[in-house]
Amino acid sequence: MVDVSIGPVGAIQPAEVKDVELYHPKSWVTKYVFCQDAKVIAIQYAITALAIGLVALVLSWLMRLQLAFPDSFSVIGPQEYLQIITLHGMIMVIYLLTALFLGGFGNYLIPLMLGARDMVFPYVNMLSYWVYLLAVLVLVASFFAPGGPTGAGWTLYPPQAVLSGTPGHEWGIILMLSSLILFIIGFTMGGLNYVVTVLQARTRGMTLMRMPLTVWGIFTATVLALLAFPALFVGSVMLLFDRLLGTSFFIPAIVEMGQHLKYRGGSPLLFQHLFWFFGHPEVYIVALPAFGIVSDLISTHARKNIFGYRMMVWAIVAIGALSFIVWAHHMYVSGMNPYFGFFFATTTLIIAIPTAIKVYNWVLTLWRGDIHLTVPMLFALSFIVTFVNGGLTGLFLGNVVVDVPLSDTMFVVAHFHMVMGMAPIFVIFGAIYQWYPKVTGRMLNEWLGRFHFWVTFLGAYAIYFPMHYLGLLGVPRRYFELGQTAFIPESAMTLNIFITMAALIVGFAQMVFLFNLIWSLFMGRTAGGNPWRATTLEWQTPETPPGHGNWGKDLPIVYRWAYDYSVPGAKEDFIPQNQPAVAHAA
Amino acid sequence: MSFAILFLLVPIAAIAGWWLSQQRLTAKPWLEVGAIGDIADTGASSLPAATIGLGVFLAVVSSLFALFISAYFMRMQVADWAELPAPKILWFNTGVLILSSVALQYAHLAARRGRMEDVVDGLIVGGLFALTFLFGQFVAWYQLNTAGYFLATNPASTFFYLFTGLHGMHLLGGLVALGRTTDKVWRGPGLSQVRLSVQLCALYWHFLLALWLVLFTLLTPWVGQFAVVCRQLLT
Repeated sequence: MVDVSIGPVGAIQPAEVKDVELYHPKSWVTKYVFCQDAKVIAIQYAITALAIGLVALVLSWLMRLQLAFPDSFSVIGPQEYLQIITLHGMIMVIYLLTALFLGGFGNYLIPLMLGARDMVFPYVNMLSYWVYLLAVLVLVASFFAPGGPTGAGWTLYPPQAVLSGTPGHEWGIILMLSSLILFIIGFTMGGLNYVVTVLQARTRGMTLMRMPLTVWGIFTATVLALLAFPALFVGSVMLLFDRLLGTSFFIPAIVEMGQHLKYRGGSPLLFQHLFWFFGHPEVYIVALPAFGIVSDLISTHARKNIFGYRMMVWAIVAIGALSFIVWAHHMYVSGMNPYFGFFFATTTLIIAIPTAIKVYNWVLTLWRGDIHLTVPMLFALSFIVTFVNGGLTGLFLGNVVVDVPLSDTMFVVAHFHMVMGMAPIFVIFGAIYQWYPKVTGRMLNEWLGRFHFWVTFLGAYAIYFPMHYLGLLGVPRRYFELGQTAFIPESAMTLNIFITMAALIVGFAQMVFLFNLIWSLFMGRTAGGNPWRATTLEWQTPETPPGHGNWGKDLPIVYRWAYDYSVPGAKEDFIPQNQPAVAHAA
Repeated sequence: MSFAILFLLVPIAAIAGWWLSQQRLTAKPWLEVGAIGDIADTGASSLPAATIGLGVFLAVVSSLFALFISAYFMRMQVADWAELPAPKILWFNTGVLILSSVALQYAHLAARRGRMEDVVDGLIVGGLFALTFLFGQFVAWYQLNTAGYFLATNPASTFFYLFTGLHGMHLLGGLVALGRTTDKVWRGPGLSQVRLSVQLCALYWHFLLALWLVLFTLLTPWVGQFAVVCRQLLT
């Protein structure tokens, strides 16, 4: 082992980390409901996100049933179908993925992995959750509003989003936009916490380059979100003005049912720019935490240090920066100057470089590792495969000439479900299996977990692989039913039925997962403090689950990076981050 | 969107790049194992967390307004855009807001020197000036309304109400913080805590003043003409 000392030798700098003034819950309500402890807030975020995600899952079943058996469900008409796809997309992308990665895992892991007692602004952090919950409730309220939720599609493009032909134009769109505005306000409160905690509350010895990649991913994603969500905020506020107050930001002069509306001069393209200026970074807001978590899962379960840690950090930062200059590749079919199209196609393809670096590094970490195929590892591996698959079709769609014919077909649906639907969800599952023992003190059931993994993994491919083919055939997305067409063969219908069956089975597997979550809470095997024999700080807490304030009397001191697995000559095959060098130096 | 990129992302990228360059990102952490007592410097700033928190928040607010201003420029290019005669009272309001900022700066300096009475004076005078500004903005709305420029009359008037309204809401939020700070100073806890609160209030006030000056230049018609001239020069 090479010992290189850094920093002023022998100087313990006590002023480096000030203890936060801990808030102490005095009653049941402040301990479990209006709680300022990041761990409780994380669990609240996670439960809320999973609950609303379940609604979106059910919506996807309805959508698939309608596509496979178009004439069988009288409750689903064209209007309802549009409402279902809109809410499915919106909930999954924003209220589940964003909230769970940043609000859930961010809150739980950042303070623990950095050796902090809590977030730096616990009160604001608590408010963040309650505003998020309010946003979810407003969203749910739209299901019960007159006219139902909005059916504008998750992109909410004007002018159709506010016109009377679109379902939910009375209340649905208003509630949707209000809910988004609330979500952004709530997220900003949480995001300030995550960023400042990473910047200022790291424990002694925890340099940036010793942070686990999970924290790097969540940190960078939060920075992206703080800068990108304002674009959605601006778009939502202005669209709300157009809908409620009769302004004309986005709505051009338009004739509806033979009547001139009061709007004039607005620019629908302006909304698209704003939406995608948020919408593309959003992909990486979801993907970067997934990248980080997967790196840690792979390293831990392959018992090997992550390959190219520095490169991984640089790639995360580079992807984050590039994600701001690619948004218009979502708008190739909106009509744009070919030079712009060329520019955005180029930047889009450039992003593939840091992403590919990450994939290589994951694979090289696995190379000659001591791979343990635990459930978290299975999910991490499935992420790599799925992300590569989804990423490759992204290279197709990033080119203008390929995108134009494929846009608005099922090919695009298959692409983004692979790359930002299934891939991040696999990471979420893997992460839940990984950290559940720390959160509850008990392991999730292994065999239920394996069942859950295999059905979900194989099922996801049964769903989305054929969907690419449907897209190449020209099957359009967002259509309530295909009807009679000259170019779509009968067999496409059979494939649709197959996809729906697969989707229902995958949905069933999620019920097994939920059962496992609840069952293991009481009946699971006791985990102990460090069941995965991992190096990062959250596994070194004095208590499991970690108590209030995380660390007992003294904060841990970090002496090494997060990936000392299978170090030659070491007694165990992992050395925790808070273990100093044993050699001559001491 | 080009505006957002130029005026928001470039400075933010510069700050982020500068910050990253200070963080030894080229370190080789796998070689750097410390022995007991050999603790690496984390590179955290010596500024208090609240100051950094406010800085990050101001970056978010900048992002918000930069995007609104981008939308303003893009919407401006559509043919139905008509100039809005900016109410004269805006000049008065601007002066009042400058005075408000000056008063808070005075409070900040007084806190640094430990003169508590002057701090209270500065905070209260600054708060009153800010309230006057808000009232003046309200009068500007009223004048526009009576002149027949309603919210939905023209995109220019819509943006006027939107910008002034949002800016006013941010100032209102600031007034809540200012009220709490004044209360804290009144009760007289440790000087260091008061110093920080007053300093953060002053910083926020200066930011909102700068933001207002940007918005004010945009909303007065001669800027529109200036932009047109610039565009003609460029093309």
